[in-house]
Amino acid sequence: MFPKLVPMPSPNLLTERDVDKRPILECINLGINFGGLAAVEGFNMAIGRTEITGLIGPNGAGKTTVFNLLTKVYQPTKGTILLDGNDTHNMNTAQVNRAGIARTFQNIRLFNDLTVEENVTVAMDAHMHYNMWSGIFRLPRFWKEERVAHDRAMELLSIFNMADLAGAKAGSLPYGAQRRLEIVRALATNPSLLLLDEPAAGMNPSETAELMENIRNIRDTFQIAILLIEHDMNLVMNICEGIAVLNFGRIIAKGTPEDIQSNPAVIEAYLGKQKEA
Amino acid sequence: MKKLSIKQHTRTDFLTYLGVIIAFAVMSFLSSNGSLSRSLTGQLVPICCYMSMAVSLNLTVGILGELSLGHAGFMSVGAFSGVVAAMSLQTVIPSAPLRLAAAMVIGAAAAAIAGIIVGTPVLRLRGDYLAIVTLAFGEIIKDLINCLLVGYDANGLHVAFNLTGSKTVADLGMQEGGIAIIKGAQGATGTTIISSFTAGFLLVMVTLFVVLNLKHSRAGRAIMALRDNAIAAESVGINLTKYKMMAFVTSAALAGAAGALYGLNFSSLQATKFNFNTSILILVFVVLGGLGNLWGSLIAAAALTVLPELLRAFSDYRMLVYAIVLILVMLATNNPTLKTFFSRFKPRKHVRKEAV
Ligand SMILES: Nc1ncnc2c1ncn2[C@@H]1O[C@H](COP(=O)(O)OP(=O)(O)OP(=O)(O)O)[C@@H](O)[C@H]1O
Ligand SMILES: [Mg+2]
Repeated sequence: MFPKLVPMPSPNLLTERDVDKRPILECINLGINFGGLAAVEGFNMAIGRTEITGLIGPNGAGKTTVFNLLTKVYQPTKGTILLDGNDTHNMNTAQVNRAGIARTFQNIRLFNDLTVEENVTVAMDAHMHYNMWSGIFRLPRFWKEERVAHDRAMELLSIFNMADLAGAKAGSLPYGAQRRLEIVRALATNPSLLLLDEPAAGMNPSETAELMENIRNIRDTFQIAILLIEHDMNLVMNICEGIAVLNFGRIIAKGTPEDIQSNPAVIEAYLGKQKEA
Repeated sequence: MKKLSIKQHTRTDFLTYLGVIIAFAVMSFLSSNGSLSRSLTGQLVPICCYMSMAVSLNLTVGILGELSLGHAGFMSVGAFSGVVAAMSLQTVIPSAPLRLAAAMVIGAAAAAIAGIIVGTPVLRLRGDYLAIVTLAFGEIIKDLINCLLVGYDANGLHVAFNLTGSKTVADLGMQEGGIAIIKGAQGATGTTIISSFTAGFLLVMVTLFVVLNLKHSRAGRAIMALRDNAIAAESVGINLTKYKMMAFVTSAALAGAAGALYGLNFSSLQATKFNFNTSILILVFVVLGGLGNLWGSLIAAAALTVLPELLRAFSDYRMLVYAIVLILVMLATNNPTLKTFFSRFKPRKHVRKEAV
């Protein structure tokens, strides 16, 4: 069912890991207009297979819109998205997910009336094969796959120490736990690229520090690429190997955390133009 | 290793089945020793049909979260195709219970096809288009059956459409000895009654079985997920159209089976019986019983079907009292104090305190 997944925990992978730079995702001249406003324009980016990349920029810069383009919530008006070398232009959101992109949402979108466990197992739907009748008549196939899904869900939830919450309704969880559950749910789809939209929003510093560890751990264990939007600069500078800065829908800088921190265009975008002394 | 949560659901579901079995046993006992009024005895099969209708509509409205205003239309399709099937299979299947079962399967299949025809264009769209289309469907089916002529003779089925209003049964061109099954606006008359309370009980059990087990499988999870948040459901790879169709067509098929049982409980049946009011009545059962709450639907359907009979004593004020009872039930089911009172009887979820 889940051929690509590595059993957790796997500490030896940490040392062996070699940051694979062949791109899993390539965006070529991507753009979208909302009634004349170019929310994103000329967006070019390549992400390596096991890279953690940051996407930062001031409010309204178009970061979430980039995620919505990648996941086909919006259809791009311009440009190409290559996922593992394949053009996604005629895929819809569900197909893009099955092809390997999973995401979380800036404004949390959980299945509130389902339990925590169900929120995770429902995301494995594409990897389950028993049909409607096997489900209604509870055929052996049903029990076998449900058992595997359950065990897998528990394993994934334990990454964030959430296994105890499996039976709780997702809507009743505290904010931080809801954010973490969104990440677990996205992981359950077995992605090769994980998009995180402000994963640390609303978390306190100790939760953020823990999250930072977890994100790194997820990349190392599952060997996947992560693209994250975040306003917490400490988190971004600490865990990202590459960063792209977006302002008014355009990339104004790309590079390593060190490059970005000293880039005058970035400082200007964040702080406004400084008067010469 | 923790228990599969499906096994916990199964325990809750078991109580629902048990309730239905006990109710059936009690009613059979009462009717066999003659302590039920004649009118109530006559209501037993319709009550089962309405209970089943409420449960199947709950699949569309409560579990899938789409509003359907034409559930009686699927019942109608099932009723008339079931009657045609039962009447024309009389020689092939002499055993009445088997013929009834065959008629219910055919009724379910016909309603499922109607469900596919209605659902295919609408369920691809986002938004509340299903309500308006099912409303139209209910009306169209009523008018279609009103001008339908169906007869059966040694050569098989004869079907004609009385669109101009000038055709009669004679235009079917049947041989001598042929029987007219559906006669336009007169509806189905001269139907041999083969429905029974036992069949009604089995229908309710099968409907519950299908809906509960569907709900607690990967399909049910996906259906409830897309109800809770369609964008998130798509983002985890769920094919919205496929699962919406699955829920909607299953719901239609179950309504068709209930319709066939209903149709074969009366010697005469008109399409106007399955009008907008009937659709709304079933929706009222679902809303009163609680969206997604199947035993609630069962109780609401049974209580509200019996109630008008029991209220005969109030004669002219019958509908007034009925309305007051409706309002009281609605207040009660939404009352937090009563809710917590009732929730004590529900099986607890095993969640640690710090969880919530
Ligand atoms: N569906 C839409 N229709 C019209 N305009 C939109 C739509 N979605 C986004 N926009 C506009 O596109 C711009 C970029 O929005 P986006 O949400 O991508 O910003 P962001 O970088 O994620 O900001 P934040 O940091 O506040 O989340 C904004 O000006 C926004 O108003
Ligand atoms: Mg945003």
